[in-house]
Order: sequence, then structure tokens, then C-alpha cells
Amino acid sequence: MARSTFQIFFQTGAWLIIAFLVLPILVVIPISLTDTSYIGLPKEALSLQHYANYFSDGDWLGATWTSIWVGLVVASCATVLGTAFAIGCWFLSDRAAMVARWVLITPILVPPVVQALGFYRFWVVLGLIDTHFGVILAHTLLALPYVSISVFASLTNLDRNIPRAARSLGASVLQTVRAVIVPAIKPGILSGFIFAFIVSFDEIVGVLFITVRRVQTLPKMIWEGIQDNIDPTIAAVATLLVLLTLLATLFGALRRS
Amino acid sequence: MPRVTEKFSYWMLVLPALAIMVIFYIVPVLGIWKIAFTEPVTGFGNFEKMAASSAVQTSFIITFRVAAVTTVGCLLLGYIVAYAISNYASRLTPLMVALVILPFWVSVLIRSFSWIVLLGRSGIVNDALRDAGLIEAPLKLMHNEFGVVIAMIHVMLPFAVLPMLTNMRGISGAYVQAARSLGASEWYAFRNVYFPQTMPGVMSGALLVFVLSLGFYVTPALLGGGRVLMISEYITYQIQEFLNWGLGSALSVALLVATALVLLVAARFVNLRATLLDRK
Repeated sequence: MARSTFQIFFQTGAWLIIAFLVLPILVVIPISLTDTSYIGLPKEALSLQHYANYFSDGDWLGATWTSIWVGLVVASCATVLGTAFAIGCWFLSDRAAMVARWVLITPILVPPVVQALGFYRFWVVLGLIDTHFGVILAHTLLALPYVSISVFASLTNLDRNIPRAARSLGASVLQTVRAVIVPAIKPGILSGFIFAFIVSFDEIVGVLFITVRRVQTLPKMIWEGIQDNIDPTIAAVATLLVLLTLLATLFGALRRS
Repeated sequence: MPRVTEKFSYWMLVLPALAIMVIFYIVPVLGIWKIAFTEPVTGFGNFEKMAASSAVQTSFIITFRVAAVTTVGCLLLGYIVAYAISNYASRLTPLMVALVILPFWVSVLIRSFSWIVLLGRSGIVNDALRDAGLIEAPLKLMHNEFGVVIAMIHVMLPFAVLPMLTNMRGISGAYVQAARSLGASEWYAFRNVYFPQTMPGVMSGALLVFVLSLGFYVTPALLGGGRVLMISEYITYQIQEFLNWGLGSALSVALLVATALVLLVAARFVNLRATLLDRK
């Protein structure tokens, strides 16, 4: 069947737009291989010097490590709290639970700068400025909406008779949650964990306000690097992160198919 | 009374997350309101100063203009992608979906950095155009609204595509087929039968993109180079450069109120619950 102009418009249009989405992200790859000491395309030869620089620079590695472990702690805290929250709301399913769910997603709606100001003033009072604990607490709050949304989404597919059966057979609420509900909604919990990790790993505005010198995260190093605007090491870091994302996406797609 | 203890144990699950959210998030954000009305002196002084400042007005206009243009751009581009994915099934469809979601996982910082590399004075686009002999002097592609909007559309596009995709997947092909078999042209059937059914998805996408764009900081700050001062950046300026917490907080309150108003108006056209709370 011949394709109409209409179909051709939408199909080629869609691929062009997807190219617009993906290709600009990939420019960091050639930039990272530049043999120059400024940000630009390779001039005479490809070079791995900026990767070498990243892997030998204590500041970059330290910030990377901080971002990873803070992200893991945040993801664990947010997943436990958010999962319990979503399960509780699902059981209750009344007006109050609905209000609670709206309260928990406010961090999605409040502009990042406004919440960062709020954190800063309160963290000063609590003495949490420039501490890892302060960052973990702030990031956990920012990650909670995503965990709660993703866990709740998988709960809506769960048959309410299943926990009811467990309860009528004598299981306590806690036992029902641990042995029946959590195993049934594992995919939602897992994607909540991943979301929470990414939220923390990428978060920049809050960190800019509530940390000074002692706590350095990867986004903060990248942010400062872009402001100074000379060092192609950022491109090497960005390339590593983009490749990691590509691999993870590919892995995820393969597992699903 | 078994039912009461039952309910109590459910609340014990809800409470930890809710409590830390209220204590460490809601209270600090409300604290900003207090600062706006009390620093340096109690009263409406900060809001009077804000209303009188032409710089603030300009910043609000820029913010709404950039957010509006970004939203329209995302809807147009996003609609085409969502339509192609949901209506032309092929072996490549899963790949298309994966590629739309992929940018989500790459940090906004890195995506903005990519655009700086592309659009800068001696960026890749300018270099390529000069090498091709198309331009003499470098074009001004960033540190203006053009650069900010391009990068913002890039960052926000997935937020527009996903709700539209969810919506379009639920639309039965039978209506368009019926219209076609009754003699409607492809375009007529799309315009009058398919398109109206996609409005809920379009509205959800519009709301998400617009609200997120209003408060966006990272991309405008990096691509705008201090020349496209959206409200979020204006606030950090007031606080970091001038330590003017009063005005900065008053601006924050104004931004919060603006966001709330947008949501309130949107609630008339959009199912807020489906858009924000129960999204997948």
C-alpha cells in the first residue's frame, strides 16, 4: 500500500524529532576525545587525556563517590518510607489518604529554587548546612514523590482480595505487607528505587544552596566546571554517564523483550 | 473494636513519610512566606518593592513567555512523536519509545552542557556553518531566549510525549476507520475524529511542561548567560549577590502563587489526579 503524504509527514517527522532528542546528547562524546585543552572538537588526533585526568583527579573521583553513596542511601530511605506510605494509603483509600498523597507530591510542583531557599533557612537552624546528612535528608524528601507514585501505580493493579485473604487467615498487617504485598509489587518498588537514586544523583539546585566546600557532589563539580568553562574533563564525565545510561537502557530493553 | 486498630496500623505505615515531609519540607517552604512578610521589617514592604520594580516585571514576562513558547513547541513536536508511535506499529516502535525515554535518564545539567557546546560562539553549529562558508561571523545562538527555548524544549519534550502516549494508546482505531469508510479523507478523519479524542493527553502534557518550565532554573541559567533572567534565577541573584532575603522570598511567594493559579485554572480542563498523582 502506498503511503500517503499524511503518513509520511508523521513518520519522518517523528524520526527527525527523536534525532533532535538524542543526537545533541551524543555531542559530548567527540568533545571528550579532543586533544585540545579547551572545549571543542578534536583538532589533530583523538586523545584520552581528559579521561586520564578524570580518573586521576581526587576531587572528581571523590565527588563521584559521594554522589553514588548518597544516592544509594537516599534511594533506600525513600523506598522504605515511600513504599510503606503508598501501601498504607492504598489500604485506607479514603479522603484523608488522598490528601496525604497530594501532600507527598508537593516537591514535584514547588519550583526547585523556592524549595532550596526553604531548605537553606531551615538547615541553618538545624545545623545541617554542608553536611552529608543534610543532603541525604533533602534528597530523600525530593525523591519521595517518585517512589510513592510508582509504588502506588503497581498497587492499583493488585487484587484487594489477596491481602484480605492473608488477613482472614490470621496474618497481622505487618506480616501481610511483608509477605504478600511487597513481593507482589516488587517491580513498582524497584522502579521507585531507581527513580529515587537518579533524583539524588542528578540533583543540583538544592545542593548549591545547602552545601559549601565540605560536601562535593558530581552535579556540583559539573556545574562549577561549566561556569568556569575551560575544562573538557566535564565532557569525559558526561560521556561516561551517557554511555552508562545507554547501556542501562539497552539492558532494560533486552530484558523486557 | 478491631476496625479502629486496623485503621490505626495503616496510618502507622503512612505516618513516617508524611511526618518528615510536613516537618522538613512543608514547614520550610511556608517559612519562606514568613520571611517575605517579616524581613527586613514586618509588612508588605517587599511586595510593594516587587510590584514597583520594572526588572521584576520584565523577569515575570520573560518567564511566562519562555514557558509558553516551550509548552507550544513541546506539544507540537511531542504530538507528532506520540502519534507515530501509537498509530504506526512496526518493529521499530519499541526502539522509538526507548529513545524518547532515554533523555529522561541523562541529567539536565549534562543536556544543558551539550547545548552550550553546540550553540556557543565557537560552538559546533557555528563552526560547521563557517566551515561550510554559509556565515562570516558567528551567529548568536545562546545567551538569548532562542538558546534557552531550544534547550528547554529538549529537556521538557519527554514530559509532553508520555501523557499523550498514554492517552493515544487508549483510543480505539474503530472511530477513524468508520469515518474513513464513510468517505472522510485521512486529514478530515484525523482533524475531526481522532484529534478531539487526544485532547486530555495534550492538556496533561501542556500542564506538566508549563508548570515545570515556570520554575525551571538550571537550563535558563546556563543557556541564558545572565541575559534571560527568569524568576528562579532572579531570586538566586537577589539572595546570593545582594543577600536580599526579603525580596527573594517575596518573589518566591509570587512564583508559588503563580504556579498554584496555573494549577487552579488547569483543573477546569485537566484531570489533575490523572496527570500528577496516578501517572505511570
